[in-house]
Amino acid sequence: MTPVFAIENLSVEFARADGTVAAVRAASLAVRPGECVGIVGESGSGKTQMLMAAMGLLGNGARASGSVRFEEREILGLPAAQLNRVRGSRLTMVFQDPMTALTPHLRIGTQLAEVLVRHRQVTWRDAEQRALRILERVRISEPRRRLRQYPHELSGGLRQRVMIGMSLLCEPSVLIADEPTTALDVTVQMHIIDLLRSMREESRMAIVLVSHDLGVVAGLAERIYVMYAGRVVETARTGRILAGAEHPYTAGLLACVPDLDAPRRARMPSLAGQPPDPTGIERGCAFAPRCERAQERCHVERPLLRDRPEDHQVACHFPLSA
Amino acid sequence: MSALRRLRSNPAAVAALGVILLLIAIALVGPWLSPNDIAALDWAHVAAEPGLVGAHWFGTDRLGRDLFVRTLDGTRMSMAVGLAASAISLFIGIAYGAVAGYLGGRTDHVMMRVIEVLSGLPLVFFVIFLTVVFGRSRYVLFLTIGAVGWLSMARIVRGQTLSIRRREFIEAAVASGAGTGRIIAKHVVPNLLGSVIVYATLTVPQIILFESFLSFLGLGVQEPHSSLGTLIAEGAGEMEAAPWMLLVPGTFLAALLLCLNIFGDGLRDALDVKEG
Repeated sequence: MTPVFAIENLSVEFARADGTVAAVRAASLAVRPGECVGIVGESGSGKTQMLMAAMGLLGNGARASGSVRFEEREILGLPAAQLNRVRGSRLTMVFQDPMTALTPHLRIGTQLAEVLVRHRQVTWRDAEQRALRILERVRISEPRRRLRQYPHELSGGLRQRVMIGMSLLCEPSVLIADEPTTALDVTVQMHIIDLLRSMREESRMAIVLVSHDLGVVAGLAERIYVMYAGRVVETARTGRILAGAEHPYTAGLLACVPDLDAPRRARMPSLAGQPPDPTGIERGCAFAPRCERAQERCHVERPLLRDRPEDHQVACHFPLSA
Repeated sequence: MSALRRLRSNPAAVAALGVILLLIAIALVGPWLSPNDIAALDWAHVAAEPGLVGAHWFGTDRLGRDLFVRTLDGTRMSMAVGLAASAISLFIGIAYGAVAGYLGGRTDHVMMRVIEVLSGLPLVFFVIFLTVVFGRSRYVLFLTIGAVGWLSMARIVRGQTLSIRRREFIEAAVASGAGTGRIIAKHVVPNLLGSVIVYATLTVPQIILFESFLSFLGLGVQEPHSSLGTLIAEGAGEMEAAPWMLLVPGTFLAALLLCLNIFGDGLRDALDVKEG
């Protein structure tokens, strides 16, 4: 099946007074229709910037190169007027912080209806009806009252449901969820993930789920991409990543997931060191300074993504299974 | 709304608002209370002192025109100029500042340099130039003062827009496919209004003062109408012989400006929680 959404060799650079900063370096990713793909990595690994570039949301100082294909059309570098035909209707995005992603002075109903009026040429009256139905679909209590309310009158969980509802209004084929649960408390996180799962089952849309929480991603995604310092360092099906991660960084991330059965006194595992400075010139493997298995070669020669058995790719000279 | 409650608990601002409303009411209704006409010359009472003679409660000027009616007419004119010119500068300033701030980059640079060049020009010469070209009428006066006054409004709006543009809900609106014009109009500008309204209430007295200054120079309102500025200019000439000609319009102007400023300050304090 051809991918509905494919990022190829995407690089994102920011021009700064002291040189350019590379946030994403030649990253690739493919999502098939109806598939859920997870992207994990530490803060600053380029997850968000990669998707911002794909949505055309980069700021003035940023430059993106490479290719982003959506429904078999190139969308990278498209002028805003053309991008707006897919953005918000066929390709939508849910943001990290629902507290700040809704416009504060507009009623929920107005914000939802606005999307429909823009993309579907419906009347405001019809749009409000459909907004009501979407709030019911994302299981918001008292949907009729919510339409009249302002964002500050809703809790974080409810607002994230509104955001998800808004992104589903035009039946997208791809939904990008950028850390949709990070700003919410743990019990609400579960509900949002459940909601995303059932929305996906109902509508067969593809989801790109970004998170630094492997647990969240593993519960939903069929395939996982692990990013480090702007590059994809490992990708495989979720089960394969959990059972047989080959990149030392992935293994480190997995080791950091707290184990409830571990003895109380045991130290919480953590990855030592800091991610590399994105201004520096790349030499060798970006993870090498933090890697226990690093050898001389790792500091000189950058490892390329290589195919491993079982639809698995890893960028490491000394993968764990070898 | 807590801002309204904070405003109401500020006695100075409430009193100022009361005085402003009272002045507006007098200015609107007053001329009908007096039997005298604005242009009528009462040769029997030239430069009369304030009193009940001929119902010249505030006295007359040196042509025998009733100062009560003329002062209220002038107050009305000054307020009209203040409001209309503020509205014009508000409109241009918001549109210009929001576009510059939102688009950013090179557009912003060019637009802001234009503002710097314009604000480098001496205001008075600019207004003289415009009145010479377009003739002297009150509408030209509204327009010229408004067209000059929008510069600092545009700067303030741009600054606010720059901070709003970085907020996540703008990003979310872009991601939902909204066009630039719509985002500026529906998502940016309404968020600016709080700080802009405060600035506008402080612009009104500035513009009234500026109009008075222009009228004092003879560039403002035309006879037989008056503004507080033209009355003060006339009164200043008779200051020694007939001080009331200066004191009456002067008191009205001072009271109006003082109250507008106090009210503007009160409004700012009520809307802006940051300033303690």
